[in-house]
Amino acid sequence: MLRYTFNRLLMMIPTLLGVAILVFFLLRLMPGDPVAMMLMGDGGANVPPHVLVEERARLGLDKPMYVQFLKWFGGVMQGDFGYSMWTGKSVIYEIGIRLELSMQVAVMATILAILLALPLGTLSAIYKDTWIDHSIRMFSIAGLAVPSFWLGMIIILLLLSNFAWIPPLTFTPFFEDPWLNLSQLIWPAIAVGYRYSSVATRMMRSSILEVMQEDYIRTARAKGVYERLVIARHAMRNAMLPVVTVIGLEFAFLIGGLVVTEQVFNLNGIGKLFVQAVARGDYTLIQGLVLLVAVFFVLINFFIDLLYGLLDPRIRYR
Amino acid sequence: MDLPVATPVAPSLATSSPWLLEVEDLHVHFVTSSGVVRAVEGISYKVKAGEVVALVGESGCGKSVSSLAIMRLLAKPAGRVVGGRILFEGRNLLELPDEQMREIRGRDISMIFQEPMTSLNPVLTIGFQITEPLLIHLGMTMEAARRRAVELLKMVGLPDPARRLDQYTPQFSGGMRQRVMIAIGLACNPKLIIADEPTTALDVTIQAQILKLMKDLSRDLNIALVVITHNLGVVARYADRVNVMYAARMAEQGSATDVFASPMHPYTTGLLRSVPRLDQPRGRRLETIEGLPPNLLEAPPGCRFAPRCPARQDACIRVLPELELVAPHRYSACIRARELARVGPTGLGLQSATFERPQPKALTRGEPLLDVQGLKTYFDVSSGLKRHAVVRAVDGLSFDIQRGETVGLVGESGCGKTTVGRTLLRLENATAGKIMFDGKDVTAISGDTLKSYRRQIQVIFQDPYSSLNPRMTIGQIIAEPMLVYKLQPNRAAAKAKAAELLTQVGLFEYMIERYPHELSGGQRQRVGIARALAMKPSFIVCDEPVSALDVSIQAQIINLLEDLQQKFGLTYLFIAHDLAVVRHISDRVVVMYLGKVMEIADRDALYADPLHPYTQALLDAVPVPDPALEVSRRYKVLSGEVPSPLNPPRGCVFHTRCPLADDECKMNIPELREVRPRHYAACIKL
Repeated sequence: MLRYTFNRLLMMIPTLLGVAILVFFLLRLMPGDPVAMMLMGDGGANVPPHVLVEERARLGLDKPMYVQFLKWFGGVMQGDFGYSMWTGKSVIYEIGIRLELSMQVAVMATILAILLALPLGTLSAIYKDTWIDHSIRMFSIAGLAVPSFWLGMIIILLLLSNFAWIPPLTFTPFFEDPWLNLSQLIWPAIAVGYRYSSVATRMMRSSILEVMQEDYIRTARAKGVYERLVIARHAMRNAMLPVVTVIGLEFAFLIGGLVVTEQVFNLNGIGKLFVQAVARGDYTLIQGLVLLVAVFFVLINFFIDLLYGLLDPRIRYR
Repeated sequence: MDLPVATPVAPSLATSSPWLLEVEDLHVHFVTSSGVVRAVEGISYKVKAGEVVALVGESGCGKSVSSLAIMRLLAKPAGRVVGGRILFEGRNLLELPDEQMREIRGRDISMIFQEPMTSLNPVLTIGFQITEPLLIHLGMTMEAARRRAVELLKMVGLPDPARRLDQYTPQFSGGMRQRVMIAIGLACNPKLIIADEPTTALDVTIQAQILKLMKDLSRDLNIALVVITHNLGVVARYADRVNVMYAARMAEQGSATDVFASPMHPYTTGLLRSVPRLDQPRGRRLETIEGLPPNLLEAPPGCRFAPRCPARQDACIRVLPELELVAPHRYSACIRARELARVGPTGLGLQSATFERPQPKALTRGEPLLDVQGLKTYFDVSSGLKRHAVVRAVDGLSFDIQRGETVGLVGESGCGKTTVGRTLLRLENATAGKIMFDGKDVTAISGDTLKSYRRQIQVIFQDPYSSLNPRMTIGQIIAEPMLVYKLQPNRAAAKAKAAELLTQVGLFEYMIERYPHELSGGQRQRVGIARALAMKPSFIVCDEPVSALDVSIQAQIINLLEDLQQKFGLTYLFIAHDLAVVRHISDRVVVMYLGKVMEIADRDALYADPLHPYTQALLDAVPVPDPALEVSRRYKVLSGEVPSPLNPPRGCVFHTRCPLADDECKMNIPELREVRPRHYAACIKL
């Protein structure tokens, strides 16, 4: 198991290196000159050409591309992701101040999704083709069909019309004032978590249906195990494996993937930062963000694999 | 607090019956999208306390379904009991409330299933799974339950039980898992155990161990056993009484000795005739039951067996015969049962009167078609913990096959027999050694030479259910290789050839448009054979071609293979674990164990006088379908498991299980030597 963990960690290096190379060079294929964009806005102001040249030199953009890459990548290896070309603050700082919010929304949405999906998916499978199953499936199909931002707007509208209240507009860290923090972030978590739970519910349902056909379920029944224990002990643990995968991948997506939802709730998160960075052609910031998201994906995949090993002895002893 | 009074079950009535279990006129239906399948129709049988009763029949005859009905574990909502009673200690199980039925399951009646590999939960520890019924039914404390679990594992012969409790099923072999299943079944001291094909998935030596274990346990603990099986040898070794089922109905009932000595139903006769047997001389052909069992969606009006019965009369097709008492303690559902008892199977034309000796094949001992010299196939495996390991799947194999000869390759799972086939087919690459085919070295050929070699050497696979592409029609499946190798100029010609091949393997031309799922297992295996023949090969590797088939179908396929060999002058390598089948079809036999050859000899020499202790043990382990013989037989059951091929024993690989082994065997790797003329064995004790 230790060796396996170590090997898996080692395997992450080439993946991340590939991402770094790709994002760096692809960005430079994008049309638009970041310096011109920064100094001239939407092409309105008239900036003397020598200013542009000086600015490029200051940012190191006049050097050959491989030099730029090595310089940036060397920095990254030492934990220095460079400075945002737009704000001049360090990339780490820019991401850092938003990461807490995005992480919290993602974690809350995940918890919500798990709490909904495991029982709902299981119930739906056990009462297959009854009204319970039909209602749960309707609920989860609706979750897939309704865009999160729309649900977000509806939530805000309802809060406003029924309670004449809107969630706070500024972020308060959880440990400063949990109540204020939750009253802001619970709503986007619900808006996102609903869709997320639908994916997981459907996965859980089909997974339970499959597991209930297994021979060991019949064995458990033949032993005289209570039906609810057959489901809770013998079926659910086996059925959770594919659901874990779905939940993990969705979680990674939530970091930086909530562009529109963040807009609706006026949250200053990673998604919003992403949009800004791309709109401004902020090379260093985009590179930092993409790397961050890639690291998340890889790490979460890694944790899923470890979790699989814990849940399923077949993987441990193979 | 007052305890609630238990519901009265009329104990005086319950104890008056001598029968522990009475199944009366049981009817089970399965509702499917294409109609109602009458899976069990009017089955009745009884079981006394402590007695071993067998339920015999081929797949789909309703034997498993009827036993699941006893446990009330039929797949819901498709399967339902539509009539009859199941009395257990006088109580009708079919009328019990769910909760009371659950209390009976695992406490009074337990069940052991066929597939030890899938019947245990992979994510729960063995200890958990054994203690679960103890905690639920007997209200034991955790410590008491664990103590009992250790005791149970000891009872079923699992070494080091205390440590085993915290392990998971992937660390167990098939035989060990079946022992665990038996331990679970025994946990609460049940009165009845239903074992559904308990040894079918196991190797012969392991099967012998498990059979002995179950028989001893049921005798010692006075547990009644209902054994469901298709294997008549198993019945003969186990059972006091036999129930033979055919197509959802009971065909015959009686004591095991009576039924085997003088069967009173033509189906029983047929079954007994179609099994190749180790205890009787080899006939020229296997006698078969022609045709297929009826479709239970629309069963014929008369006797279910009539369409396949050589002794059928007009009345058989019109009237459905009931199970009747035809002799003392003998029941049969055949209108000619009494006649059959009087004149015997030969009299009714159920078996040929004369015994035909096999004609010895005229084999030229010249240049062999295939000559394998020192073949080694190793696999690298890297697992999480062990960085690098080598499996010596085949470790130094030499043999040759003459033109027109059939060489049988036998051994238990993991002995490397399938790898031999795959290496010959060049699906695996040989690590060392030489494969000479028709005088040419084919060990390392590639490109066009390999392609032309592959045309000459074909394969028939074990599993007719998964080796045919479900999205292709039978015609496409057979025509594909002919088109790939351009043996036929165009699609139409290939299709015509496919139709011709279908008739040659005993199928019908119209099946060319069918899909594999529309055919039965035996028919699919015939398609596999037709596909192999399409290439006009000279050599066919048959990898367990009949082991997934029912006895009566198995005999048909073996006969077909023999006919085709004669007709086209084919040469076979016949890989199998069933020694009786191998004996029937082979001219020479190679016995393998853990990648090594143990013995090579001509068939008759090998079976009449096996030299190697492993071959002797293998032959000993096979139960013979004759209870009288089984009683008198003194078989030695080989103890222990087949060691892991990842870590084979030093010296002779067989020494860990060998009755003759001593220290010398742990040191020396025995060479295969010619102990007698044309009879080779690898044992230093000879």
